[in-house]
Amino acid sequence: MRLPAFLENLDRRWIFLATGLLVLLPLLWPLNLPLEPSPPVRGYHDAIAALPPGSRVLMSCDYDPAMRPELEPMTRTTLRQLFEKRCKVVVVALYQGGALLVDQIVNDVARQRRQRYGVDYINLGYKAGNEAVLVLMGQSIPGTFPRDQNGADVRSFPIMRDVRNYASFALIVSISGGYPGTREYVQQVQGRFHIPLVAGVTAVTAPTLYPYLQTGQLLGMLGGMAGAAEYEDLRLERGQASHGMDAQSLAHVFIALCILMGNVVQWERRRREAS
Amino acid sequence: MSLHPSPDFGVWVAAALTLCVFSFLYRDNPLYKLAEHLFVGVSAGYYIVLNFWTVLVANLWDPLAAAFDGRHGPPFAVSVGDYRVLLLLPALFGVLLFARVVPRFAWLSRWALALIIGVYAGLKTTGFAQSDFVAQIQGSIQPLWTGHWGTTLSAFVFTAGLLSSLLYFFYSREQKGALGAASRLGAFFLMVSFGAGYGYTVMSRISLLIGRFQFLLHDWLGMPVR
Repeated sequence: MRLPAFLENLDRRWIFLATGLLVLLPLLWPLNLPLEPSPPVRGYHDAIAALPPGSRVLMSCDYDPAMRPELEPMTRTTLRQLFEKRCKVVVVALYQGGALLVDQIVNDVARQRRQRYGVDYINLGYKAGNEAVLVLMGQSIPGTFPRDQNGADVRSFPIMRDVRNYASFALIVSISGGYPGTREYVQQVQGRFHIPLVAGVTAVTAPTLYPYLQTGQLLGMLGGMAGAAEYEDLRLERGQASHGMDAQSLAHVFIALCILMGNVVQWERRRREAS
Repeated sequence: MSLHPSPDFGVWVAAALTLCVFSFLYRDNPLYKLAEHLFVGVSAGYYIVLNFWTVLVANLWDPLAAAFDGRHGPPFAVSVGDYRVLLLLPALFGVLLFARVVPRFAWLSRWALALIIGVYAGLKTTGFAQSDFVAQIQGSIQPLWTGHWGTTLSAFVFTAGLLSSLLYFFYSREQKGALGAASRLGAFFLMVSFGAGYGYTVMSRISLLIGRFQFLLHDWLGMPVR
């Protein structure tokens, strides 16, 4: 049987199996393919690196468990870099389903880095309202989030003593997977209050945010697992994202080949029909 | 390669359900259906409970209860800066949304919807005008010659892409001649952007698969990360 005819009749389950193996095997036996941090990733890293030690940073973690593989690695690496700079981190969440997951991740990294809750970091939890919450935070953050994730009065924590609104922060980090997320931060916060903003986003949303990078509305961006892995590489860490990048690369090459083969089949079919 | 399976029952349930979902790749089967129905049911229940505690109780019930508990003076103590009693108004609008279930009073729900649509249209319009419209036009006006060949080429490609893509959506004249050529170039740039978007989407989906495999290998089977 000729190749185009063979491909045309190929059971798609073979493609699933091949994709599965190409993802599984590099996780078991890593190839350690090289990574080159891109300018948006360098921008993200450098924006945090340029913060004076002890700066207060607002970190909005807007995702749920479905986006965890892409956004958890960048959340962890960002928190590690911020804690290393002795930054005071205030975490909020605009995604209802992910607030508990974010709390777990933030507390886990803080415990590893021996950070004190309420002094070095705080999690204000979830607030319903999407854009309305962002606008309200511009007036008063303690007024918008009167209680933290655990129900305690936020004014009772030293980290919140001088927090009024966005002006109290040196940088906003938006880790997001859709709506509400980075786009809403650009539209409602960066555009109005002109606070430096960096973003870590899922790969699906990354292409739609590139215009904000080009205009400087975003100082840097991590796009998907590749962005997270490049960020880990810049930080000389080998975390969850770097660990998955060999599988990611092999799967991409395979899918590109499948697209190429699909076109060959299509071209052959048209040629056959024409003759 | 040593295995140290997780002693956590929850991890075993999650692993079993992951494998049930993966079984769909071979063919539709009862195990997949079980996982699917379980997911839909648990998600619906979880979000109902979450909405009750994180939206209704946190934003409405608790502040209202505090306003009426008498510790901060009378409930309408607006003079001392306590406006929490005004939450009764959005509560009323929230209740009006349910008027749709009674056809006779369905029209009442439009008031609440009008308020929601009005507020969000206002917020979105101003945000979009500032950050997407004005800022993007400002960002698009850039020098073609930058003194560096690489960035100069990039600026030319950017400008050509911007103008030709805009011309692709210009329908007031038949797209032939110079306009047709520019429009075809615009289509080419749009195709490149769709291709980039597709590549990123593939990356996202593969990341989810990697995440599941990492969970099965490391969290469930306890294999060390290499």
